[in-house]
Amino acid sequence: MQERFEPMIIGFTCNWCSYRAADMAGTGRVKYPANVRLVRLMCSGRLDPTFVMKALAGGADGVLITGCHPGECHYIEQNYKALRRVTLLKRVLEPMGIDPRRVKLVWASAAEGVHLAQEITKFVEEIRELGALNWQLRTRVPDMAVSMHQLEEVAP
Amino acid sequence: MERITIDPITRLEGHGKIEIFLDKEGNVANTYFQIPELRGFEQFCIGRRVEDMPILTNRICGVCPEAHHMASAKAADAAYHVDPPRTAKLLRELLYSAFYVTDHTTHFYALGGPDFVMGPDAPVAERNILGVIHKVGLEIAGKVLQSRKYGHAVIEMIGGRKVHPCTSIPGGQTKGITEEQRKEIESMGRWAIEFAQFSLKLFNDIVLGNKGYVDLILGDIYHIPMHYMGTVDANNHVNFYDGQISVVDPEGKRIAKYDAKDYGDWIAEHVEPWTYLKFPYLKKIGWKGFEGGKDSGVYSATPLSRLNAADGMATPQAQAEYEKFYTALGGKPVHHQLATHWARLIELLYAAERWVELATDPEVTSDKFRTPVTEKPTEGVGCVEAPRGTLTHHYWTDEKGILTKVNLIVGTTNNYAPMSMSIKKAAQGFIKQGTVVTEGLLNRVEMAFRSYDPCFGCATHSLPGQMPLEVSIRDAQGATVKVLRQFC
Amino acid sequence: MTQKPKFAMYWAASCGGCEIAVLNIHEKILDVDKNFEVVFWPVAMDAKYKDVEQMQDGEILLTLFNGSIRNQENEHMAQLLRRKSKLLVAFGSCANEGCIPGLANLSTAAQIFDTAYSTPSTDNPQGIRPQFQVQVAEGTLTIPVFNPVLRPLAQVVDVDYYIPGCPPESHQIAAVIDVVIAVLEGKAELPPKGSFLGVGDSTVCDECPRTRNEKQVRQFTRIQEMKEIDPNLCLLEQGLVCNGPATASGCGALCPAAGATCAGCYGPPLGVLDAGARMISSLASIVDEHDPRKIDITLDDLVDPTGVFYRFGLAGSLLQTGKASWNKN
Ligand code: SF4
Ligand code: SF4
Ligand code: SF4
Ligand code: FES
Repeated sequence: MQERFEPMIIGFTCNWCSYRAADMAGTGRVKYPANVRLVRLMCSGRLDPTFVMKALAGGADGVLITGCHPGECHYIEQNYKALRRVTLLKRVLEPMGIDPRRVKLVWASAAEGVHLAQEITKFVEEIRELGALNWQLRTRVPDMAVSMHQLEEVAP
Repeated sequence: MERITIDPITRLEGHGKIEIFLDKEGNVANTYFQIPELRGFEQFCIGRRVEDMPILTNRICGVCPEAHHMASAKAADAAYHVDPPRTAKLLRELLYSAFYVTDHTTHFYALGGPDFVMGPDAPVAERNILGVIHKVGLEIAGKVLQSRKYGHAVIEMIGGRKVHPCTSIPGGQTKGITEEQRKEIESMGRWAIEFAQFSLKLFNDIVLGNKGYVDLILGDIYHIPMHYMGTVDANNHVNFYDGQISVVDPEGKRIAKYDAKDYGDWIAEHVEPWTYLKFPYLKKIGWKGFEGGKDSGVYSATPLSRLNAADGMATPQAQAEYEKFYTALGGKPVHHQLATHWARLIELLYAAERWVELATDPEVTSDKFRTPVTEKPTEGVGCVEAPRGTLTHHYWTDEKGILTKVNLIVGTTNNYAPMSMSIKKAAQGFIKQGTVVTEGLLNRVEMAFRSYDPCFGCATHSLPGQMPLEVSIRDAQGATVKVLRQFC
Repeated sequence: MTQKPKFAMYWAASCGGCEIAVLNIHEKILDVDKNFEVVFWPVAMDAKYKDVEQMQDGEILLTLFNGSIRNQENEHMAQLLRRKSKLLVAFGSCANEGCIPGLANLSTAAQIFDTAYSTPSTDNPQGIRPQFQVQVAEGTLTIPVFNPVLRPLAQVVDVDYYIPGCPPESHQIAAVIDVVIAVLEGKAELPPKGSFLGVGDSTVCDECPRTRNEKQVRQFTRIQEMKEIDPNLCLLEQGLVCNGPATASGCGALCPAAGATCAGCYGPPLGVLDAGARMISSLASIVDEHDPRKIDITLDDLVDPTGVFYRFGLAGSLLQTGKASWNKN
């Protein structure tokens, strides 16, 4: 039997809402898959697209970003900025050969542990569906001379 | 079979490479001139914005980015069905004329000229720009530098940068010039005319005054009849920036005069598996291999070709020199490929005169240097005469102005087949059974292609004529028998 | 007589513009000549490749390397010059971050070949492609093997210093030469390994003569479509995608000063890992929309963001490489 692909997912979460929600989800009765490694940010507005790129380049198969609901950001409108960043980032990644579905933005308040856990579970399944990204393999240059037909196999 | 490799520096250097194969008798069986690099602009420009093309295609060649910038902007104009205002065209052609002065100066003094000024048998160490300076005086070096400085000053004033200009966009230019700048440009142009006249005189004294050189130019080795291509204006005079493309056959008969957009009816490109560069030829005649003459589609696009393909020059001093040229060489067309050096100086003079003409046009300082586009872009062709041949950019876009297909026929490429033929002929002429391959002899082979001013920046990346050579002679098993080195 | 330190300059997959930029420093070239023994510089002098091979490792003090690594031959030269040079400098955008030819990394090698040898004017019914090794009647001919990915110099060998720009501006090159000469004369210290030289420490925006009002935009536009362009106002605030905020200063903001948008040729500002990521952040900050649908509409006008943001830096960016810098931190 073939082994099930376990995606590696990095989650960037806002300290004020979703990180707490995740805490709750983690400690409480609500369960979510262990595929996600959470990184805490002070606010989703602090998300530098560089983080997402590093995550993908470093082996992540998907990146989840969470923030407070619109209108509830502790730093006023920073989560809208995150929304615009993520929207633009997906558009930049696609021509490079990275499916925009691999990056996802989710709103969750501190009280929404269940909701967050569901979103995480859903995202893990979506990424499982998309398969491994293996970005490092894609950009590695073979050290030896390659023949023409080998060239064709090199992504992206 | 014995084999001679003329390789710039070594096989691992990535410039052009010439392989000469000898037969059992020690005569030349065949030659191959290989271009070792491909960068793939036609692929990766797909998906880009059409207004980016003038800056993306600049990077095809840092020796003639101005030519790509112009051809690209013209193709983008055409794609948008927009006719830039007259001022924009004046500015572009002015920049382009200044560029021609710089480029032709560099070639004559640093690259092609030393062969003549120093003589093809002069020691290698002297056959360079320094040798020329020693022979003709330091003051000339100053003039050469001055000419380059002036050219780049104009390019920067109009184009925004010295290398890789950035101001041409679909519909015109992003900036104009002030009256002060215009005055400065005009006075530099007047200096350039004098400099061009001075260069012609130098050529006259040193080369035409020397029977040995004249014999070399007129000799059979460098005599290859073929078709010639060049851009002409409404009066059939040479123009670098715009006009129709004229083609004459080896007898000088004009067989074609077409608009740039129709290039596809006239030109096709042939592919060989042993080189990355393609070989353009006249489509209606067809690819008949590396052959000259009327029945072969091979054509060249050099200063000599442009003079042959036109009826004259559009400026008075250059026209006088044009007449002198054909009188001296026995009428049109001239097939002595080494006369290209002379033709280049006539073009230098024309470019300088044109520079002043454009700089004194009252509309050049107008602020109407751009027409906003209003139509949806579709497809467009842009052509200019690059110093090393007719340059064609052809773009297809979607309605947002994103490239969907790109075709480029770059300057030097036009001359790839003629260069290959000239090399073969020179090799056959100089390498004969029992002949010892000497440095001077190899330089003569090299001179065969240096007259074309090959710039593989366009095709790959080496500067015009900078082709130090290493020649290794190999026996039938490929073992090296002898190595000769030569640096230009 | 004490021996002068040795100097070399080489081009790999390059357009030649970097060499022209060096020649454009005019008189400064004489300073180079005075202080160095130029041992290898194909464009300017007799190129003795074999002599380089025969040199001691580290015998050349300073090598300026321009051009990217497109094929096996470029790669071989990079390795050779790395061995022979004490200080290897990535010179110009191609060597620094892949430059415009690095956009080829959005395609496969097979696509590149297929397109190049089947353009509309190419007559190639048999689908001939150049072969790295081919048998002709008289013998075997070879051309260098094409690498599937274009790489900047630092992805192939260890690099000591970086001089960005496409090409680096001549006054910056001259300034670097002054520093090097001061070091030789014992009047200055070598900058720390890995430093960027000939570049400012802020962004093109900081050098730009145009006025910025921190204005937000609701619509991106294209330069050719604009009815009027304000000659004094920031181009980005007029809705044009200008790479100034994500580009290192150093050129003097030449392009925006000439009415064109900054194309980004100096690469990301110091300390910024990825120019594209910085562009995303900057542009997302100035878009004045909250509604996801409206954001999408605004961004629909920002066409080819990948090609525009990574015009010069794709091959050296986080995602198109295995760049040592991010592995380390
Ligand atoms: S960095 Fe620019 S100027 Fe230098 S070689 Fe590359 S494309 Fe040419
Ligand atoms: S965005 Fe462009 S135009 Fe605006 S300040 Fe920056 S460099 Fe200047
Ligand atoms: S403005 Fe931008 S593109 Fe223009 S020279 Fe400066 S860094 Fe390069
Ligand atoms: S504080 Fe949670 S998104 Fe800003």
